[in-house]
Amino acid sequence: MSAADATLKGRVGDPFSSPWRRRLPLLPALVFAIAVTQLPFLVSIYYSFTNLKDRTQSLIPQPTRYVGIDNYRKIFDDPFFRQAMWTSVKMTVLAVVLSLVIGTLFAVLLDRRFLGQGLVRTLLITPFLLMPVVAALIWKQQMFSSLFGILNKVLTFLGLNSVAFISDHPLASIVTVLVWQWTPFMMLIMLAGLQSQPSDIIEAAGVDGATPLGIFRQLTLPHLRRYLELGALLGSIYIVQAFDAIDVMTGGGPGSTNVPYFVYQESIGGGFRYGSASAYAIVVVIFSIVIATFSLRVLSGLLKDDRA
Amino acid sequence: MTLRVRRGTTLGVGESRAAVIGLGMAAWVVGMLWIFPVAWTLFTSFKTEQDASAQTLHHGLTFARYSEVSHSTTGTLSLGTAFTNSAVVVLVSTFVVLLLALPAAYALAIRPVAKWRDVLFFFISTKFLPIVASIFPIYVYAEKWNLIGTRTILIILYIAINLPLAIWMTRSFFAEVPRELVEAAEIDGTNLFNQLRSVILPIAAPGIAATALLCVIFAWNEYFYAIQLNFANGSTMPQWVISNVSTRGNFLAKLSAASMIACLPVILAGWAAQKRMIRGLSMGAIK
Repeated sequence: MSAADATLKGRVGDPFSSPWRRRLPLLPALVFAIAVTQLPFLVSIYYSFTNLKDRTQSLIPQPTRYVGIDNYRKIFDDPFFRQAMWTSVKMTVLAVVLSLVIGTLFAVLLDRRFLGQGLVRTLLITPFLLMPVVAALIWKQQMFSSLFGILNKVLTFLGLNSVAFISDHPLASIVTVLVWQWTPFMMLIMLAGLQSQPSDIIEAAGVDGATPLGIFRQLTLPHLRRYLELGALLGSIYIVQAFDAIDVMTGGGPGSTNVPYFVYQESIGGGFRYGSASAYAIVVVIFSIVIATFSLRVLSGLLKDDRA
Repeated sequence: MTLRVRRGTTLGVGESRAAVIGLGMAAWVVGMLWIFPVAWTLFTSFKTEQDASAQTLHHGLTFARYSEVSHSTTGTLSLGTAFTNSAVVVLVSTFVVLLLALPAAYALAIRPVAKWRDVLFFFISTKFLPIVASIFPIYVYAEKWNLIGTRTILIILYIAINLPLAIWMTRSFFAEVPRELVEAAEIDGTNLFNQLRSVILPIAAPGIAATALLCVIFAWNEYFYAIQLNFANGSTMPQWVISNVSTRGNFLAKLSAASMIACLPVILAGWAAQKRMIRGLSMGAIK
């Protein structure tokens, strides 16, 4: 903002006439966010060029030294990292798409008057409120478990063979829990989308003889598009970082170790190789930046309607 | 937001009564299905351990598991300790988040600084940064400054987790405060603190309450930082729940009771905030 602008808007004696005074209320939050989120990230970049290890965890402490791009060069030769990347992609895409589809269906069901509508919505959102650790434990111990699990009791009752869900299908088990928790979230977003739909246009289309399916396809779906985008974006931010469900249900392992869990195992989860683990983390950040750039465009499109 | 009468998604103009009833019932079935694992856990928490592991009901229902899990044996993490730790960490971090977010939201919505959009996007971009990218430096420095195992480190990190959410959310509530009111207060020479207190906060209060509740929910449920940076004395509720998983003997009923205790405060908070929750979860993009 130019000085002329400032004098135009501010009056003499206005405590917020100077731009810096305007910025003042923002500073504490800004400084805090930079200190706690950006500085450690810069330190991580520095670590990624060293062979830093945890001194208390190694038998023969080595002096930390600069190793150039060695850590980065090793990354793409590492089959376990490639596997973790692939698991991350599968886990995130499956969980986001499934919860979005089911959430949209639930939203359509809920977007109408019926007896106990509020109560059903309350029941549906509850899994989202559960501690992720508890959600994973419930599914592991009560649903999937071959010892006490309900699902296997039902299978046996039906005369079918029991299934070792978690050990034979680790990815599907984790995705199930993620979908169970995130469907309510998607449902709330899609419900907001459905309810923001102008009803006069729909009515006009109905009067003009449009079929219900035609109305849904040609009017409702285009209107819902940005809500679908928003749901996919926000869901991905959280689900790509999934940790709790993996830690509780499988504790890692082939098929269920995603990138965050892999980096965790390389470092504070047992490997304590901060140098190389940082390089992995930086690669993840580069991928995230690509996704984030796209995502922020979606968000800023949604902000446009707001007062500037 | 304009108020209008709407009928919801209908299958057509002349929707039959049978279809209306059928879809209402379908919604109920779906609701029951989705809540089933939680309901079953609640049910299990009242059983005896034998009944719980056999998934039967021969010995009736009782509150005994609840009293068992709340009385710790020596050497294990007690409910009291974990609850106190969680409560302190959650309340202090939420309080500080609001302390930082309210003035920031003022500078982003009511008297917007130049490039306020960029600032807003900077805050959200911190959410895109994977936690693993910054955990080692945090771990190394927390170790260096003796913060491992303290509530302080969790408070600092939970503020960082919730700050972007809180700023986006309060900004969107502040943007709805009528400008004329703020301008009138400015002409009267009211300072920032008094403007916030007497003009803005009363109008935005329900939104701020919803923001606080969401921050509470996320902080209460957080597990990754808690388990990495904080064990033994500083443990929080998720760790207490996990500590009820035992390798010796049956534990399913006790674990269920512990799960219910740990989740109840947040479920109640979420139910209370459900109408405004979606705005916070969508970073204020949806009203």
